[in-house]
Amino acid sequence: MTSELTGKAGIKDALPTALGYISIAIAFGILGRTSGLDLLSVMLLSIFTYTGSAQFVIISMLATHSNIWSIVISTLLISSRMSLMSLTVAPYFNQTSLSRNLWLGSLLTDETFALSMNKLNYTEHKLSFSWLNAANLLAYLVWAAATLTGGLVGQLIKDPEQLGLSFALVAMFIGLMYLQLISDRLMGITRQLIIILVVAISFYFCLIYFSANIALLLTVIIGSSIGVVIERWY
Amino acid sequence: MVLGKYVLFTILGCSLVTWFLRVTPFIILQHFHLPKLVLDYLNFVPIAIMAGLWIESLLIRQSGQLPAINWLNLGASIPAFLTVIISKNLLITVIVGVIGAGILQMAF
Repeated sequence: MTSELTGKAGIKDALPTALGYISIAIAFGILGRTSGLDLLSVMLLSIFTYTGSAQFVIISMLATHSNIWSIVISTLLISSRMSLMSLTVAPYFNQTSLSRNLWLGSLLTDETFALSMNKLNYTEHKLSFSWLNAANLLAYLVWAAATLTGGLVGQLIKDPEQLGLSFALVAMFIGLMYLQLISDRLMGITRQLIIILVVAISFYFCLIYFSANIALLLTVIIGSSIGVVIERWY
Repeated sequence: MVLGKYVLFTILGCSLVTWFLRVTPFIILQHFHLPKLVLDYLNFVPIAIMAGLWIESLLIRQSGQLPAINWLNLGASIPAFLTVIISKNLLITVIVGVIGAGILQMAF
């Protein structure tokens, strides 16, 4: 990653994300079709809902003919962390027009968010519309294209999770986390390691009572709060 | 299942909800400035989310009990960590991570 904030750099920086999306979106396309949805519905979910893990929950709930409200509320809970990410990214675009803000927000994902936060360490804490827009668009188009591929070849591939491909996004988060750890001088390594530890421990115990998505939201809230407490009082 | 009213309205509802969650902070922050405490708080969100998304892949939920460990992902995390430490390059890390996970999956 470099200090460049052009559209071209955005595409280059988002390549690992795109790679990670391919296997997951293909898996989504296949599962969507095998759970009984037609190609159009599967595509509509990827194009308009565009919410990763929640899409898998939606197709499984549709397959069991769950009540519409319970599907929508589940989606709300799973994706609620999106607001926290938007809230974190938005201050970097307060000089940008509202329509551009809405556009960036509409296509922001876990991955392009994490990428932006890493980028800050190389650009003296600045982001640009063209950079994030290019990264967002590449991720979005790959997600849609891979969903279509999965939806079309659905019957041919039996288990897309095989061959380690599902590990792609995990590897990316490991990479992003490490790069964040060593480059964020503002926060320091020790404080960040404490937050990672707090997140790990609270995730482990939260999983007893909550689904992984809710546990994630709770642990992010707990981890960040501990961070503020350490900063203010120690 | 063809695109009937049920599926269509579900997709519509879920799309509206996620869009709303994504864009409201952008709209609100055009008009307000966040207090210092909230800004400090948001500084810690990125590392917490990245750590959380990684930890999530290492645990397998067992409702009402302590989660089990996903040994495959934990094992595959080691070459991924080593790669990013040495190369500091995301793309190489993803490729090595996938190969590592593939080898582990075939071996066990």
